[in-house]
Amino acid sequence: MALNVPAVGEIAEPVAGERGWMGAVREFCRRRPLGAVGGAVIVVMLLTAIFAPLLSPYDPVATDFGAMLSPPAKAHPLGTDAFGRDVLSRLIYGSRTALMVGFGAAVFGATAGAILGVGSAYFGGRIDLYVQRLMDVFLCFPLIILALAIVAMLGNTIPNVIVAITLPMIPRCALVIRSSSLSIREMPYVDAARAAGFGHGRIILRHMLPNVMAPYLIMLTAFLGQAILLESSLSFLGLGVQEPTAAWGLMLRGAAVEFAETAPWMAVFPGLAISMGVFAFNLFGDSLRDALDPKLRSL
Amino acid sequence: MRKYLLKRFLLMFPTLLGVAALIFFIMRVVPGDIVELRMMGDRGSVSAEAVASERIRFGLDRPLWQQFATWLWGVVRLDFGTSMWTGAPIFEEIKLRFALSFQVAIMSTVVAVVLAIPLGVLAALKQDTWVDYAVRIFSTAGLATPSFWLGILFILALLIIFKWLPPMVYTPFWVNPWQNMAQLIWPALTVGYRYSAVATRMTRSAMLEVLREDYIRTARAKGLVEKLILVRHALKNAMLPVLTVVGLEFAFLLGGLVVTEQVFNLNGLGLLFVQAVQHRDYTLVQALVMIVAGFFIIVNFCMDMVYAWIDPRIRYR
Repeated sequence: MALNVPAVGEIAEPVAGERGWMGAVREFCRRRPLGAVGGAVIVVMLLTAIFAPLLSPYDPVATDFGAMLSPPAKAHPLGTDAFGRDVLSRLIYGSRTALMVGFGAAVFGATAGAILGVGSAYFGGRIDLYVQRLMDVFLCFPLIILALAIVAMLGNTIPNVIVAITLPMIPRCALVIRSSSLSIREMPYVDAARAAGFGHGRIILRHMLPNVMAPYLIMLTAFLGQAILLESSLSFLGLGVQEPTAAWGLMLRGAAVEFAETAPWMAVFPGLAISMGVFAFNLFGDSLRDALDPKLRSL
Repeated sequence: MRKYLLKRFLLMFPTLLGVAALIFFIMRVVPGDIVELRMMGDRGSVSAEAVASERIRFGLDRPLWQQFATWLWGVVRLDFGTSMWTGAPIFEEIKLRFALSFQVAIMSTVVAVVLAIPLGVLAALKQDTWVDYAVRIFSTAGLATPSFWLGILFILALLIIFKWLPPMVYTPFWVNPWQNMAQLIWPALTVGYRYSAVATRMTRSAMLEVLREDYIRTARAKGLVEKLILVRHALKNAMLPVLTVVGLEFAFLLGGLVVTEQVFNLNGLGLLFVQAVQHRDYTLVQALVMIVAGFFIIVNFCMDMVYAWIDPRIRYR
């Protein structure tokens, strides 16, 4: 995939004008079919989340003790759980939770990381050194371990879960963005901005940050998949989103395992939703990375 | 080389100190204090005296830097204090569960390496064919599949197809190897699949890079057998980044075990960590996180040593 040398220009050209956005999308689909499939699934997921109330046949939190653990049938296409809640409706509403936490954590994490990375590269010297050492410390923990420790401290509500997933992502993004911005710092236009007497904040935000958009977008899509996976793991452990909110990881907890033999639909479908969602973001992210910046392939 | 390694070695200590400080203060920035929070969580209303006496018991009435110094001095001597939940020494709690988690970690590493290296090499050699696509989809799926769900699927498949469940009670390997393997192979496969996904991708891209090097063309030009080129020239050079990824992932395996042990109901370090978080057992959370980070730093240092040993360019820098 990365052998095609002209890959760098693929996205950059259309943005430059000639073919416009539709042309860029068509080109992306043609050259990177896997990425296009991922993108399509993402669009479906987004639409599902937006139109959840219209799409779901039942209220996702309404219990129906007359229809507990009923297998997939006409009334409940994907069956019901141990409380008689419709699995399909919970899956549909679960996409809201997944995307909300995913986008929240990924956008905050990547943005904070980008600012930190660019700032660290811009100031250099002692500040850079201290920031790097601090990042090293954060990078000593697996994502989920740090996220769990933060949840233990803050308690588990949705905003706290977003914070817990965001914080461990910041240094990972900062590291990548810093190395990209080291060369940008030496660019003449940054010198020019400095000579014109602009403040540090303005130079960082207006002159350097827009030029690390490629790695930023790549990190963002990579984080999206990871954040969804992480949220579902936390919820599965009972330390993420709380009942009765519909969340995919939560649906796999407790009863889904206990009744796995008699009611496998409870265990199969939510996991499928998580895998599909994360898979789509990863496929799309990989293709985006190859198109925008093949040098970052090892990420 | 000695100077390089010495520098790496010395750099470990500030990082370890930073990790200790981070963990310690993360657990204390929360408004209110640990004891109050814990007691609120448990029972609702607790008398002020009880809170005060608990506070003294855990040494929380002393200034923060003193608490930190005491804790740090304990960590240096591998004495992590006692669990706030069970009251037992943390060292004992960990010792009890270490063997199980370590065995699963080793087994999943084996699974990952056995899967990743052939698959990665194959994908690189057949780049942009259906083989390559299949391997890439297989490995991307490995990154996307939550390990707890894969675990559930394994159990489900065993139940439905073989009407058999893995044994629920842990038997040490030296007592009954068969029983031990029958229980632990499933979590190892679950963790190993995800682990292999990372390693496969790395093997593939490292191989692709190496295959484009001049020395491969030279080897081909002088008429060397293709097999020999692959093994002696390409694979050997591509192994370095793969080794790094495998090492770093190994250090991070506890992250994967956290959810997997829950599914298979294994009483290992991962489960201990989740319980510690659920009970808000701060001393235990601190200790486990410290151990994970310490392990990571040590593995990292070992990787540096291996690098210096394998790659002369680093050795003579």
